[in-house]
Amino acid sequence: MKKVQFQNRWIPYLLLLPQLSIVAVFFLWPAAEAVRASFFLEDPFGFGSTFVGFDNFIDTVSSSDYLRVTRFTVVFTFFVTFFSLGLALLLAVKADKVLHGSSAYKTLLMWVYAVAPPVAGLIGILLFDQHVGPIVDMAALVGWKMQIGVNYFDTGMAMTMVAVWKQIPVNFIFFLSGLQGISKSVQEAAAIDCRSGIRRFWTVTFPLLAPTGFFLLIINITYAFFDTFGIIDVMLKTQPGNDPITLVYKVYQDGFRGNDLGGSSAQSVILMLVVFVLTIVQFRLIERRVHYT
Amino acid sequence: MAIITLDKVRKVYAGGVEAVKGVSIDIADGEFIVLVGPSGCGKSTLLRMVAGLEEISDGEIRIGERVVNRVEPADRDIAMVFQNYALYPHMSVYDNLAYGLRNRGTAKSEIDARVKEAARILEIGDFLDRKPRQLSGGQRQRVAMGRAIVRKPAAFLFDEPLSNLDAKLRVQMRIEIKRLQEALGTTSVYVTHDQLEAMTLAHRLVVLNHGRIEQIGTPLEVYEKPASTFVAGFIGSPAMNIIPVKSKEGRLHLESGEGLDAPDGFGAEKALLGVRPEDLKVDFEGGSSDDALSLSMKVIAVEPVGAESYVHGRMSGVADDVVVRVPAKAEYAAGVSLSLKAPRDRLHIFDAANGQRLNG
Repeated sequence: MKKVQFQNRWIPYLLLLPQLSIVAVFFLWPAAEAVRASFFLEDPFGFGSTFVGFDNFIDTVSSSDYLRVTRFTVVFTFFVTFFSLGLALLLAVKADKVLHGSSAYKTLLMWVYAVAPPVAGLIGILLFDQHVGPIVDMAALVGWKMQIGVNYFDTGMAMTMVAVWKQIPVNFIFFLSGLQGISKSVQEAAAIDCRSGIRRFWTVTFPLLAPTGFFLLIINITYAFFDTFGIIDVMLKTQPGNDPITLVYKVYQDGFRGNDLGGSSAQSVILMLVVFVLTIVQFRLIERRVHYT
Repeated sequence: MAIITLDKVRKVYAGGVEAVKGVSIDIADGEFIVLVGPSGCGKSTLLRMVAGLEEISDGEIRIGERVVNRVEPADRDIAMVFQNYALYPHMSVYDNLAYGLRNRGTAKSEIDARVKEAARILEIGDFLDRKPRQLSGGQRQRVAMGRAIVRKPAAFLFDEPLSNLDAKLRVQMRIEIKRLQEALGTTSVYVTHDQLEAMTLAHRLVVLNHGRIEQIGTPLEVYEKPASTFVAGFIGSPAMNIIPVKSKEGRLHLESGEGLDAPDGFGAEKALLGVRPEDLKVDFEGGSSDDALSLSMKVIAVEPVGAESYVHGRMSGVADDVVVRVPAKAEYAAGVSLSLKAPRDRLHIFDAANGQRLNG
């Protein structure tokens, strides 16, 4: 990296100011506000607040509902990350080998990226509709009576499928460019050294894709945690309660539907800590095993 | 160890471009064959077809007794050294060498012995734990060679392996490759565009142009008796001088009036006379003689290269500069007219129409 010395020592800070102010206004301030609110019991109508210390945290952590949502969030995140990475990698490997009409093929795989999360949720509702949904009809053919919004498992699976579908294009684009970044002659050398294409993939192609994969892993976990809000909201808003939701959605539900601002703030503070720890763990542990060439 | 046979091999790419147009070569067991030619002549394509990295459009390639047209690269029993080395960046040098053996189910102790042996031969024993990115260009080249020799394949294929090295290292590695090939006795096919590399390494040269073989022969055969003006111009540096001549009544005439006997049975009007820069001698007496043809040119510039110098000049009726090799300290002023002598038995005569050699 090239080092540039500024003549005036204030110019670098001036140039950083827009970024810093965005961080301050949209992250630091709300975060501080959440931390403050998590120690108070707020009156639902804004008439006052009472300092309650760690009561909000204790109530949150000891509630069985919170544990259930946590468990679902972990499972949901795991499946969304696993399937959206796995399927995207499979599609990218196949697309990389397409010789004719490859750009049309690639464009078709990417365009879902342009669909906004609530729209994706809406499409999901249509696909899983109790009366006209084709997926529900297909499931009925094999004797599976899908009930989205009523059956906990069915709902969770439908949410996972829509979330995976929405995320595949992003992963696909990154994996494809990662694959195209692998030297052709290295792959040819591998073709001479190893007969089995599958073995070649796991011993040469996959390790060389690891930097891309590591980056996408973080992006996908973050996505499953936070960015699936729109999908969940659209799919579940009109359904009765007791549905599978993620921790982020619960923050919103408790705070703005249940008017429990203190408890909701406590949950978001816990989330912040989780993300903080997760980031450190990921960079410390996983990056050490990744080869950057 | 194996003989390799190429029988009327053709390569036609989708879109109709014909990169290799019916090439047949018989490569003997243990022979070092160099495919040489300008870029786009099809030499790399040909090598990659032997390796199995390009499909063969037509014809047949045999390694040993086996037709390999439809055989996977890994099953052809060949090893290839790539121009950019193509080492596996995520593996240590040891693993780079061992990878091909492991995939073939070689016993662990055998792999270890072979890797150590190759490392000793190539003097890379100290780097076995390093990753390729921690090595210099020359060291990477050695690892790439090592990856080929641990496999003990039937044939080595080299795709311009030295072109990414600096000049000094290139000469050093060239000698090393030659020594190694002689010691191992493995049949080798080597692709290069560098005619010096081709001359020094090859048992036999295959000169390619536009997907066709121009000539096959030992380096000296190709140099002494180039089969066409293309070969004459490509092999040898500076290139052979080509002088157009007119044919009349069994004689070939230069524009100066000097003449020589036309080859038997030659009937066309025009021919090309070829003479190497080292065969032209500055003639201080002048005049024609029985054993040498006399020529004259006007000096444009002198290029000293150290051990010798090259005098560039213009000759009437010749489009390109004529080059004469002279001793190092000879000095000629620009504009001076120079008389030259070319021994008649050192002359090459080519057909002007198709560039083919006419004299024996």
